[in-house]
Amino acid sequence: MAAMNARLRWRKFVSGFMLTMTGVCALVAVAVLFFILGYLVYHGGTSINWNFFTKLPAPVGETGGGMANAIVGSAKLLLLASIIGVPIGVLGAIYLAEFSTGAIAFVVRYSADLLNGVPSIVIGIFAYTLVVLPFKHFSTLAGGIALGVMMIPITLRSTEDFMRAVPNTLREGAMALGASKWKTIATVIVPAAYRGILTAVLLAFARVAGETAPLLFTAFGNRYWSPGWNQPIESLPHMVYIYAISPYEDWQRQAWAAGLVLLGLILIVNILARTILARGVSVPRS
Amino acid sequence: MASVRQAVSVNITPTGTPQSINRESTAPLPMRMSVNKVNFFYGAKQTLFDISLGVAANKVTALIGPSGCGKSTLLRTFNRMHETVRHARLEGEILLDGQNILSQDVTLLRRRVGMVFQRPNPFPKSIFDNVAYGLKINGSKLPIADAVEKSLRHAALWDEVKDHLHKSAYELSGGQQQRLCIARGLAVEPEVLLLDEPCSALDPISTAKIEELLVQIKDLCTVAIVTHNMQQAARVSDFTAFLLTGQMIEFSPTPHLFTTPSDPRTEAYITGRFG
Repeated sequence: MAAMNARLRWRKFVSGFMLTMTGVCALVAVAVLFFILGYLVYHGGTSINWNFFTKLPAPVGETGGGMANAIVGSAKLLLLASIIGVPIGVLGAIYLAEFSTGAIAFVVRYSADLLNGVPSIVIGIFAYTLVVLPFKHFSTLAGGIALGVMMIPITLRSTEDFMRAVPNTLREGAMALGASKWKTIATVIVPAAYRGILTAVLLAFARVAGETAPLLFTAFGNRYWSPGWNQPIESLPHMVYIYAISPYEDWQRQAWAAGLVLLGLILIVNILARTILARGVSVPRS
Repeated sequence: MASVRQAVSVNITPTGTPQSINRESTAPLPMRMSVNKVNFFYGAKQTLFDISLGVAANKVTALIGPSGCGKSTLLRTFNRMHETVRHARLEGEILLDGQNILSQDVTLLRRRVGMVFQRPNPFPKSIFDNVAYGLKINGSKLPIADAVEKSLRHAALWDEVKDHLHKSAYELSGGQQQRLCIARGLAVEPEVLLLDEPCSALDPISTAKIEELLVQIKDLCTVAIVTHNMQQAARVSDFTAFLLTGQMIEFSPTPHLFTTPSDPRTEAYITGRFG
């Protein structure tokens, strides 16, 4: 009897202990985000002011200055990345979800997953070889291509998933009315999946917005404005990198501020994506 | 009543081509579609064996049989929806107004042979846009609003939806959605409307409404319906084909098949001894 009691107590202890452990780990996972956010606000919050968004970086030795060029630079790089990554990703996903069968689909899907796993620095080398070397200088174009290549597999795979979630009965319904395959896709399937597609695009965008490694030797960085698409350009993540490792306290504070702005941007895009998705897939599952 | 009398007077020869033996009218009933010696395969598995039957113009033809007998497969060959399934193969010929459908452009064929499915499948669009869909994609010159109203009236849905045509089709009940799908099919003025167990997901009241309108729409087009509900076949159809394991056992005028079946297997099925 006593032995039974001891075993029961032990079991209860193990159960309680494991429950606590899993809870603590879950809490840690969440806490990291808030810790980072808090840290960024604490160190960088004071440096965020009007000048930060409107001024060019101050020369070494002077305090003040801003990151206007990096903000515009990031915007240009991401615009270019989206122009490259979104159409290829979305149209490729349409092909995968609606047209392909068998071996080709397998190869494309598998390659996309592999591309997704390629270290971003390697994608940087790829863009470097493809664009920087022939043009003989760093450029917005090279940086945008590097980020665009990264967007392709992310957009492709999640868009495909959302397209596949559209019930087959809708495809049959459209085709039974004499719609061609493409008409069915363009007028029924894509409209039914558009929220999912938009979410996929936004998540891919948020994912590459914070990339630094592929920009190091493509966009390179630039302390001044970079007109056009053919010159080196600054970006927020690269600015964080340069300023954070600098010996100047003012720069370090600005690095925190830049990180905060970047994180804020990514959080907003993420929340936006989730809000769009939470409003429901346009098609009720039957 | 006239149609029933005419139907009863039609006999079915073993090949499945109905011929009139009515002494008062020797003209055979006009056929909208004829299926000649159709064999159907999914990969190596044969699911239909040497099926021949005619679908009489402006009549309701029902296909009945136990689950897996091939009745839906047969119906889906009528507008070549079977081609959406990989490894599906059809042998034999299917004629629409005397022309082989297998050599026609498939989108034009489906414009002439519409289909309503087992589960209501309205598009994620407004009620109006659902009905107008077929007209729009086919570049119809008809005034679309008039055509939409006409189709909704034919589908006995107009009075229920006329005040909120621009609401989402998903706000309708299941029965209303299925009638919307029928309206959508009728809007392109098909010659034949195929219905694949259109009431299997619906309650009895919605089912009754759809059965009622099926009898009415045969003035507009020829109807072929698959149903697992024998009472439904008896109520709405003029001709009934009974299929079993991919073979057509019997094809007769409906009153004939349900009162004096000529094959013992048909009798066993309709009296509920299996299936």
